[in-house]
Amino acid sequence: MTIPTEQATRPLVEVRDLSVRFETRDRTVHAVNGVSFDVMRGEVLCIIGESGSGKSVTMRALMRLFSSRITRVSGDIRVAEHDIMAVSERQLSDIRGSTISMVFQEPMTALDPTYTIGDQIAETIVRHQHCSHAEAAAKALDLLQLVKVPNAERRLKAYPHELSGGLRQRAMIAVALSCRPKLLLADEPTTALDATVQIQVLLLLRKLQQELGMGVIFVTHDLGVAAQIADKVAVMYAGRIVEYGSVRDVLLRPSHPYTIGMLASTVHGQERDKDIDAIPGTPPDMSRLAEGCNFAPRCRFAEASLCTKASPPPVSLSPGRETRCFRAAELLTRPALVVSQSEVVAHAG
Amino acid sequence: MDAQLAMPAAAHFDAPAIPETGGGKAPRGSAAMPPMLVVKNLKKYFPVKGGLLNRKVGNVHAVDDISFTVFKGETLGVVGESGCGKSTLARLLMYLMQPDSGEVAFGGRAVGAKDGLPLRDLRRNLQMVFQDSYSSLNPRLPVEASVAYGPRVHGTSAAKARETARGLLGKVGLRPELFGPRYPHELSGGQKQRVNIARALALAPKMLILDEAVSALDKSVEAQVLNLLRQLKREFDLTYLFISHDLNVVQYISDRVMVMYLGQVVEMGPVDQIYNGPKHPYTAALLKSRLAMDPDDKIVTPPLTGDPPNPINPAPGCRFRSRCQFAEAICEAKAPALGAWANRASHVAACHMADPQSGHTRAGTSAHDALAEEAAR
Repeated sequence: MTIPTEQATRPLVEVRDLSVRFETRDRTVHAVNGVSFDVMRGEVLCIIGESGSGKSVTMRALMRLFSSRITRVSGDIRVAEHDIMAVSERQLSDIRGSTISMVFQEPMTALDPTYTIGDQIAETIVRHQHCSHAEAAAKALDLLQLVKVPNAERRLKAYPHELSGGLRQRAMIAVALSCRPKLLLADEPTTALDATVQIQVLLLLRKLQQELGMGVIFVTHDLGVAAQIADKVAVMYAGRIVEYGSVRDVLLRPSHPYTIGMLASTVHGQERDKDIDAIPGTPPDMSRLAEGCNFAPRCRFAEASLCTKASPPPVSLSPGRETRCFRAAELLTRPALVVSQSEVVAHAG
Repeated sequence: MDAQLAMPAAAHFDAPAIPETGGGKAPRGSAAMPPMLVVKNLKKYFPVKGGLLNRKVGNVHAVDDISFTVFKGETLGVVGESGCGKSTLARLLMYLMQPDSGEVAFGGRAVGAKDGLPLRDLRRNLQMVFQDSYSSLNPRLPVEASVAYGPRVHGTSAAKARETARGLLGKVGLRPELFGPRYPHELSGGQKQRVNIARALALAPKMLILDEAVSALDKSVEAQVLNLLRQLKREFDLTYLFISHDLNVVQYISDRVMVMYLGQVVEMGPVDQIYNGPKHPYTAALLKSRLAMDPDDKIVTPPLTGDPPNPINPAPGCRFRSRCQFAEAICEAKAPALGAWANRASHVAACHMADPQSGHTRAGTSAHDALAEEAAR
């Protein structure tokens, strides 16, 4: 496959200053507050964050999967040649499933229980490639084999409830890949799976992504999953990307206090008779965000004079790496932190 | 009481005698620690109906002949994948469902027997915290009333129960004057789970069953709740049965670990021995499936292929053999027994490889060593 040079260097996805608010009668939730990032072709970006951090909302914005009645979206989103914010609903439904497709966390609710797996894969193919049902059915079989479903022929005729969790998730990946998307959005696709099945699906996704040259945005709360699958990592907190960079930079040499705290508070072989170094407090109420850095109330490095006054702008620490923290440069070079981080890594093995 | 302690010694090989003090963190106390909960041959099958006349076509072997002991003051971790029977086990222990057969003794008294421990007393002393913190609280009650509910039912005066509830909310890190009057929907997931823990403690129980109690929480909150559980255990002298699918959390919180697969116990032993030298191939595969947080330490080949098989009418022989790389004819012919469990230091596995007399070509080799041999080849 030859890609024109201009296309090869231009990112597949460009998001600039994306904000999403949900407005209801009693309150306004500021779910995403000015998020910008790029995803290149053939690259996996992991968005890491806790519940309510805006990671799923950011991803849904790329497909405009919102109820227009209460949602206010601003900013620019470009995926391949499409200006997502400007296209009509009709064009959007052409883009969904062909250029951009999505894998959800819970395959049981994302798949239609009244159709067979084969019909659901074929439906997408017929819709976008305008081929006959017989051709689509043949392609569906190829796809099930591609995602390594054993006895694929028999499974085409199975209903979702007849499959195990791992097979269901593979079937959903087959639906998502049916039209060879340029961008795959994956919203915690392995969170509901058992550990031994999760690693199978992660390895499969990574292999398919490399073979098909897709860009992938992968939302997860699990740092281990990110370490396994990501090229780039964006850590979100309170609707902002607080740290962005290559997976090795962010997980091995974190520079934002939230990332540092997440790494320390994730249980992974800490000494048993010591308390875990937990981040105190709870994430902020997204309908009542205060001035200043939103992480400051939970941050052990916060300085009242600095951090509660203004929201820290993104600082570039090295090429391709950004952190929203006033003290990032200082934290990155602090010897004590480097030591504690190497301990974290040693335990992680 | 010793008679109740005797476990079925199904296989005839010696569990290696490991000194109680060895292995980093030995369980606190010693062999003198009395048993809190003794479970013998517990069984629960669920009938599956189907066909033209809706007749019974099979059984889900949810909990299939499980025996174990939890000692006073320890934390026994229970791990396994979905469908292995962990949660059914918890519900059976609470008598939220009736076992088909088997015995449970709590504090030395058989539960439900004629002159044994009445259910009311069992539930006063054995409490449970569930995974879904929201659905396990009454949405129409302020959380303070939810916590006070148990003591009220067990005959405490309203004022006294309220006082207890407020005290406990404080203990779990929620200021009673601020959080007591709130309703569950006004709290975050971590705060709700703290309320559930306070409620479980309201009757001053001796033991808690924690069924995936931290699984639904965000990582930063999970760490806080784990710290809280450890602190409460010390303060109230509690015993925990900690059920989870998260191997890292189980390693951190447990003194001993029990691994389940398709309704059966496949391995049981002190936490360090299980994590450093698993004997059962399933345990070894589970441990190898853990994701490191280091991008330079990725898993390249999946330790296991396929999903856990259907627990309806499992085939005879070893239930793990369909996914096991070391399976041989003996594994199909005969179901391996768990081995002779002697005391808290025993490390036993239901695998023919763990039994030197089984006839398996690798008999006497732990899964850990067998995998190392394979890797070296």
